[in-house]
Amino acid sequence: MASESALEPFTEQYEALTGAGTLPGDALPWLKRLREEGIQRFGELGIPTPKVEVWKYTNLRALERTAFQPAAGGTATPSLDTVPSLIGEQAGHRIVFVNGRLHADLSRLDRLPDGARLTSFAKALDEDPGLLSDHVGRIAEGHDDQAMYHLNSALMQDGLVLHVRGGVKVEEPIEVVSVAAADGEPLSWHPRHLIVLDPDSEATLVENHVSLGGGATFANAVTEITVGAGARLHHYKLQDEATTAFHIHTLHGRVGENAFYDGFGLTVGGKLTRNDLHLRLEGSFSDARLNGAYLQRGKQHCDNTTLIEHCVPDTTCREVYKGALEGKGRAVFQGKLHVHPDAQRTDGHQLSQALLLSEEAEIDAKPELEIYADDVKCSHGSTAGELEKTALFYLRSRGIPYPVARRIMVESFLGGVVEEITTESLRTAFMERITNWLSQASD
Amino acid sequence: MSMLEIKNLRAEIEGQEILKGLNLSIGPGEVHAIMGPNGSGKSTLAHVLTGREGYEVTGGEVLFQGRNVLEMEPEERAALGMFLAFQYPVEIPGVTMTTFLKEAVNSIRKARGEKEIDALQFTKELRERCKLLNISQDMLRRSVNTGFSGGEKKRAEVLQMAALEPKLAILDETDSGLDIDALKTVSDGVNRLRSPERSMLVITHYQRLLNYIVPDRVHVMVRGQIVKSGDKNLALQLEEQGYAEFAEEAAA
Ligand SMILES: Nc1ncnc2c1ncn2[C@@H]1O[C@H](COP(=O)(O)OP(=O)(O)OP(=O)(O)O)[C@@H](O)[C@H]1O
Ligand SMILES: [Mg+2]
Repeated sequence: MASESALEPFTEQYEALTGAGTLPGDALPWLKRLREEGIQRFGELGIPTPKVEVWKYTNLRALERTAFQPAAGGTATPSLDTVPSLIGEQAGHRIVFVNGRLHADLSRLDRLPDGARLTSFAKALDEDPGLLSDHVGRIAEGHDDQAMYHLNSALMQDGLVLHVRGGVKVEEPIEVVSVAAADGEPLSWHPRHLIVLDPDSEATLVENHVSLGGGATFANAVTEITVGAGARLHHYKLQDEATTAFHIHTLHGRVGENAFYDGFGLTVGGKLTRNDLHLRLEGSFSDARLNGAYLQRGKQHCDNTTLIEHCVPDTTCREVYKGALEGKGRAVFQGKLHVHPDAQRTDGHQLSQALLLSEEAEIDAKPELEIYADDVKCSHGSTAGELEKTALFYLRSRGIPYPVARRIMVESFLGGVVEEITTESLRTAFMERITNWLSQASD
Repeated sequence: MSMLEIKNLRAEIEGQEILKGLNLSIGPGEVHAIMGPNGSGKSTLAHVLTGREGYEVTGGEVLFQGRNVLEMEPEERAALGMFLAFQYPVEIPGVTMTTFLKEAVNSIRKARGEKEIDALQFTKELRERCKLLNISQDMLRRSVNTGFSGGEKKRAEVLQMAALEPKLAILDETDSGLDIDALKTVSDGVNRLRSPERSMLVITHYQRLLNYIVPDRVHVMVRGQIVKSGDKNLALQLEEQGYAEFAEEAAA
């Protein structure tokens, strides 16, 4: 069913890399099996087309048409002078990946507390293979139909590994900078991230995705997360890559008893961004907050597809995605709350709201509830509309010119989700990115 | 020269004519009141004067200090010195009153080719204005109108007017929803802003307000026209007789 020509570049890459023995962890049978399964399933499924239900609104044809080469390791360390940090140059911890590979010289890891380990996937394979074999491919298990996940499993080489031991609290935020760097030929890579929070631990992780150079890039990332009983993970993300970047991110997270997953993602960049987020609330009284915001213009396309599973009684989730689109900007929101038969007293709420700032902007929103328990409180909703005229007139009648009035209104609209970020300095940093985007001339 | 000169103004919304040849002239430093039944077009007039979209002006002209403003954007009119205190002020979550007013004042200054205000000085002045209007200074740190009570919203409109120092202020039912004490404070606030260079157009349903803000002229508006003008005693007369008589005049 998958067209041969579309798959070829990636299957060829796989054969070349395995043939040369350059994929890390070649000697680990579990990893070898994961890769083999990955390439096989990817071969069967192919790159998703709009015929696949969950890809109905996002077309990867432009990606298929681009001849991506695998990004090579050992590239020179680029300057990050033009990349503003989300946490500040002095504060917190920082780990930097360029085209999916760790650049230790740009990272700042010396201040992590005992019990917190932040390293790369490739290093962890040597240093702590047990941690990886326990979790990698395991957390994501049961999602046999995700072609891009399987492609990642086949070709993954490096990524982030964060392990926080029981009871340890990482006070300062950890910034993960992912640089997409391509000057000439189109480059692709498949980062694999693992976040393990042992019981009663806490950490704040903020991803900062940026581009250097004007070439086409394709990052096909997978993140696996486990938030142990009573643990709290604050996980924020800024997608600020160039409009030459394809960005597909598949996330699988499991949340334990009394644990809290606090997620927020802002997409301002990218040519095509797809966030495929899946959380399983597996322990009673677990709680998830899954928020997002997006600003897209030109021909940018941003797709947030989420699935939150309530597996046991007494779990809660709140999900709000808000965005504004101008030019021919397009957004997709597909959100499903799935309540399993045993999951009584589930409290789940989901909302999608979009502002269309131009005639040609488009949002496809599909909120969904799938409920198999009878005692639940669930709601969902979606709205799309223009800027409120009365409010716009109110601002302008005070002398505020139209472009500024528009910026203030969109900031006000998105402010509600940014407000929920737990760390104040990060709220400010994300708001700044929103203001920057809105201050740039529209097309 | 008049501050505001409205000549035979006609305007419609969605094909329906609301202002039907309206004439009004306000001199510098004068306070005029407009009274009239619900739906007679008072808010429509306020909106057309300040440039709200959605209205089509089909005839007549509006001169503000001698300049025709009908083709101007709302922000241009504000920069010239026009201000509208809204009948229904708008909530803007996440934007504090102080930020909002600074943005407004600086926008107007920029349009006039003046330099930005000194932020500290401005905040200090705002606090003093709050005191005079009996507004809690907390309000400056709260989001614009968000969660304000009806009366607080109206007071906040007068605070904005004070901060923007317009040449012509149009107050659309700023007294409705105010308790007796608030009515007095707000009126005091408005009166303090009266000056030979500043004119006001006060839209109200209640003669009571005009005991506090004593107008130079009172106009009766019925079905999109000024049907009668007089001094402050006209308001007392209206209070006794209602609009019936004037409605007949308009129909005649
Ligand atoms: N969008 C609209 N479409 C059609 N008619 C409208 C619209 N907006 C206002 N109108 C009509 O215009 C007329 C005048 O309304 P306006 O708000 O100016 O009255 P008003 O004198 O301010 O009344 P009130 O004393 O109740 O505030 C009313 O009949 C109203 O229904
Ligand atoms: Mg009105």
